[in-house]
Amino acid sequence: MTPAVSLRGAGVRFGQRVLWEGLDLDVRPGEFLAVLGPNGSGKTTLLRVLLGLQPLAGGEVLIDGHPAQRGGGGIGYVPQQKALPEDMPLRAADLVGLGLDGHRWGLGLGGRAERRRRVAAALEAVGATRYADEPVGRLSGGEQQRLRVAQALVGDPRVLLCDEPLLSLDLANQRVVSALIDARRRTADTAVVFVTHEINPILPLVDRVLYLVDGRFRIGTPDEVMTSATLSELYRTDVEVLRVRDRLVVVGVEEQHAHHEALT
Amino acid sequence: MSALISFDGLGELLGLPFVQNAFLAAALLGLVAGALAPLIVARGMGFAVHGTAELAFTGGAAALLAGISVSVGAVVGAVIAGLVFGLLGLRQRERDSVIGVVLAFGLGLGVLLLALYDGRASNKFGLLTGSIVSVDSGNIAVLVGVTIVVLAVLAVIYRPLLFASADPDVAVARGVPVRALSPLFAVLVALTTALAVPIVGAILVLSVTIIPGAAAARVTASPLKATLLAVAIAEVSLLGGTLLSLAPGLPISGYVATLAFVAYLLCRVVGRSRGRVRTA
Repeated sequence: MTPAVSLRGAGVRFGQRVLWEGLDLDVRPGEFLAVLGPNGSGKTTLLRVLLGLQPLAGGEVLIDGHPAQRGGGGIGYVPQQKALPEDMPLRAADLVGLGLDGHRWGLGLGGRAERRRRVAAALEAVGATRYADEPVGRLSGGEQQRLRVAQALVGDPRVLLCDEPLLSLDLANQRVVSALIDARRRTADTAVVFVTHEINPILPLVDRVLYLVDGRFRIGTPDEVMTSATLSELYRTDVEVLRVRDRLVVVGVEEQHAHHEALT
Repeated sequence: MSALISFDGLGELLGLPFVQNAFLAAALLGLVAGALAPLIVARGMGFAVHGTAELAFTGGAAALLAGISVSVGAVVGAVIAGLVFGLLGLRQRERDSVIGVVLAFGLGLGVLLLALYDGRASNKFGLLTGSIVSVDSGNIAVLVGVTIVVLAVLAVIYRPLLFASADPDVAVARGVPVRALSPLFAVLVALTTALAVPIVGAILVLSVTIIPGAAAARVTASPLKATLLAVAIAEVSLLGGTLLSLAPGLPISGYVATLAFVAYLLCRVVGRSRGRVRTA
């Protein structure tokens, strides 16, 4: 089976600084990969590589067997929740529709019926049918983030890239959004690459973790990677990982305030 | 009041070629300004448009002094301003201060250039407050050409531009050239602004490039309906303003701005009543 994402000896450097290199990673269709690490460790850059926006200094990157390229398709992208302005002239259905053809030139006057059907199905899948015709700017953060999931999925991607999609959502909405993403990969075999600074909200869903620290990285199941020994080695300092009920608490690493690294 | 609202001799006035040109120019401007307005509002470009208009004024004043076509000067000034503002990126705070700096300098320079000009005073005043007499058949040809170019380019880039305006991060991820679209759209806006300056004046360009979009956004969130409504409001304001200004012989800008403002208030009232229904 073709891996949904395949990195071979991949590396990124900015000038002399090596962000990470020698990264070998295959993500299976339907697999849920969490990408963790402190700010500046290159999590968002990894997403940029997969999107074809950041060239590799070495190695290769394949999406569904094809070299990653800008606007290459087959990829859905869910960003961090950012409030949309209230006077944005878009309804919920329009926002989702942009995920289907917003990158195309021209007015797109053909195939309206098919487009409407796919948008309606995507809205239905995230439970957003009720507010399909509402202005996006008047919806709550949780409602807007459901729409972004629908927008990412409406094009039937093979790979779903998520960049801190739960940030600034309350707990209930974090559960809703992560459950939607989980449901998708189970029913449609979409691979999920999920960048986050906080693994706990998605811990039960994660198959494997890629943990990046200062150019070093470790790949494995949460049980393999999220241990005191592994993280101490990655951070090169004493780190303790405690399990408190169903949560992981990492002690000894400076509190990481997630700050959003934009793709642009 | 009778000096402001009058229809004396309107019949003869409407028969004059320059008056017919003025209506044609107003109609063309309404079409492009209305089509761009919702996107200008969505991208939060109100202040940039105002700055662009002031630079169009500076360019026009320089052209007046140099004895070349005012339209050409206005286009050059506006396009330079549009490119500079378009390349500034999307960080609102920083953008606003740079626009303010450039705007103030451009306006000051324009006033100085006008003071040095010793030709007809109406030419001077016309740049700031607009004048329909400034539209001759040569201008009409330019107007038609620019209208076609702006609308054609807008039709091609409309969807990616809307995408980039709503969610730049996701648009970039999908391969939309977000950074290139920003100066391109700014140039479209600059061309429209340059057309608007001789007609409604540099000070009141916002009345046709912002108000119709802001008004439409109050009533509908459908991109298509918002665009159609904005065009309708721009047309009513510009054509109505031209008509009302004829007999009193006053600048059209006051009439255009007033009509657009009334449309905006109406849209707010309608939007609010709908909002109540929604949240109930």
